[in-house]
Amino acid sequence: MAFIELSGIEKSYSNHQVLKGIDLDVEKHQVVTLIGASGSGKSTLLRCINALETIDSGTVSVDGDVVSGPGVDLDRLRRKVGMVFQSFNLFPHMTVEDNIAVGPVRLLGEDREGALRRARELLERVNLDHRARYYPDQLSGGQQQRVAIVRAIAMRPEALLLDEITSALDPELVAEVLNIVRDLARDGMTMILATHEMQFAREVSDVVVFLEQGKLLEKGPPEQIFGEPKEERTRAFLRQIVEAGRL
Amino acid sequence: MTSLSPAPRSRGLAVFATLLAIALLVTVAAVGESVRAGITTSPELSTFSIWVMAAGLALGAVTLWAAVSALRHSFRSASEEAAGEVLASRASAAQSRQHSFITFGLAFAVLIGFALIQLVLINDGNIQRTFLRGDLMAGSALDIARAFIVNIRLALISGVIVLVFGLVLAIARMIPGKAGAPVRFLAVAYIDLMRAVPAIIVLYLIGFGLPLTNLPVLSGLNAEWFAILALSLTYSAYVAEVYRSGIASIHPSQWAASRSLGFSYLQTLRFFILPQAMRLVIPPMLSTFIALQKDTSLVNVIGTLDAFNQAKFYASSTFNLSSVTVVAILFVIITIPQTRFVDWMLERGANRRKGA
Ligand SMILES: Nc1ncnc2c1ncn2[C@@H]1O[C@H](COP(=O)(O)OP(=O)(O)O)[C@@H](O)[C@H]1O
Ligand SMILES: [Mg+2]
Repeated sequence: MAFIELSGIEKSYSNHQVLKGIDLDVEKHQVVTLIGASGSGKSTLLRCINALETIDSGTVSVDGDVVSGPGVDLDRLRRKVGMVFQSFNLFPHMTVEDNIAVGPVRLLGEDREGALRRARELLERVNLDHRARYYPDQLSGGQQQRVAIVRAIAMRPEALLLDEITSALDPELVAEVLNIVRDLARDGMTMILATHEMQFAREVSDVVVFLEQGKLLEKGPPEQIFGEPKEERTRAFLRQIVEAGRL
Repeated sequence: MTSLSPAPRSRGLAVFATLLAIALLVTVAAVGESVRAGITTSPELSTFSIWVMAAGLALGAVTLWAAVSALRHSFRSASEEAAGEVLASRASAAQSRQHSFITFGLAFAVLIGFALIQLVLINDGNIQRTFLRGDLMAGSALDIARAFIVNIRLALISGVIVLVFGLVLAIARMIPGKAGAPVRFLAVAYIDLMRAVPAIIVLYLIGFGLPLTNLPVLSGLNAEWFAILALSLTYSAYVAEVYRSGIASIHPSQWAASRSLGFSYLQTLRFFILPQAMRLVIPPMLSTFIALQKDTSLVNVIGTLDAFNQAKFYASSTFNLSSVTVVAILFVIITIPQTRFVDWMLERGANRRKGA
């Protein structure tokens, strides 16, 4: 049984159907990348997995447990599956170290001392230990996003959802964030990421999924999707990306 | 160097400023003298009016001096331009224009200030004698200040109750889900109702109504507690809306971030949304609190002896409103430090998060 299993996921906003029956399995330690045009449903799919959005039909299961539908302890699910957003979403009224420690302290019952020490260790790994006492406003976008990743990691999640985490960054800051994701992949973190960084997707992914208008059109290993896509529309999408100089 | 653009124009402005300053001096002298001539009953007031006139003329002279330097710089600018020193000419013209604008600002302020004082003195000091009689103010000040402690006590106690109850209402209004619907409905109904009914009516109903109800505890309270109850009930509704607007203005992405870490709805409110919202609501909260302070003066309708009620005793026994002016002044005195304090607090908060 796969670690994350999506079957028949459908989601509409009022009468606009955004996800039209998505099936996807993600094994433990796998990195799965969602690609597709803007508006194809990547963010919505990720938000449905950790129940930031409720789904209309289908099931989501994580670690063998069905986590969609009524009666599920969503807060517990979300501790297992962390999420990092395009716009960082750090808590602006807290220092960097408190942003990271607040979850472990309040939710995992760790003592503050220990949680702060661990926060600083994690920050050191992303070369930000010297910013522990800063407020988010005082950091660059790349630094904020690194903190946001660390904040998710600090909860010791079993999987991470990354939604276009470099899209809001200036080009020269993208690499510092992607390096961290690369390290996480190497350490065996299970990840689902939506991205427009095709070169990166090709490098870290085990599986690449092409979404179009809420449908999973094609999926396969990166060499196949980027090298010899079966679907004409996948090819068209990749052509556009190449023309935009992103591949 | 022919490509340098010429200095901005300054002459017209400087001439206008000069004429304005002269007109100001003439006006101050003419109005001041005619008002002074009308003061016949009080030699002190007459002396005061002469001092005011002197001060007005002195400030008028400063204004004229600024206008004259505007003219001087304007002439210098012209001669520098003639000598081909365009950059110097520009600087002089800029100086000239700045002095012209200073003249306008000064003239405006002096005129308004002078006019207000003349208004008090005009007609043989009628306004002064009605509202600002020093002897009556001094005579009533101590008693009124003592009664003002009641206003302060009402404001503080109600203020604390309102901060807590307002927050409860705001959260009740935002409780999610189907199960929360009745609570939401009650909160909305309460807020709508209490914002619609004038505070003075609530006060009147409670102050005169509750004692008639024979309810245990409630009907036995004294007038001051009725006042606190009425003000708290009314202002909680306003404060609930202030909280709600603060909470609503926190970006939804903060909710997403917190929920994605595994925080529950209430934990998210408590740890992330409210702390940020609090900072946003401080200014409107202060306005509401100042309104509450002022409305403590309504309690005279149920017979509580507050500063206004005390002042009315003096006013009716002397047939003069100077004692009521004392109350107004007391309210101003306690309000201004609060607004400055909040400004300072907001600035400090902003500095801490930005520059460190
Ligand atoms: N909260 C929402 N309300 C209504 N429509 C939404 C909402 N969020 C997303 N959508 C719509 O759903 C579609 C998919 O959006 P999204 O998942 O953000 O796409 P992607 O991340 O692939 O760019 C878009 O058409 C978008 O307009
Ligand atoms: Mg998106």
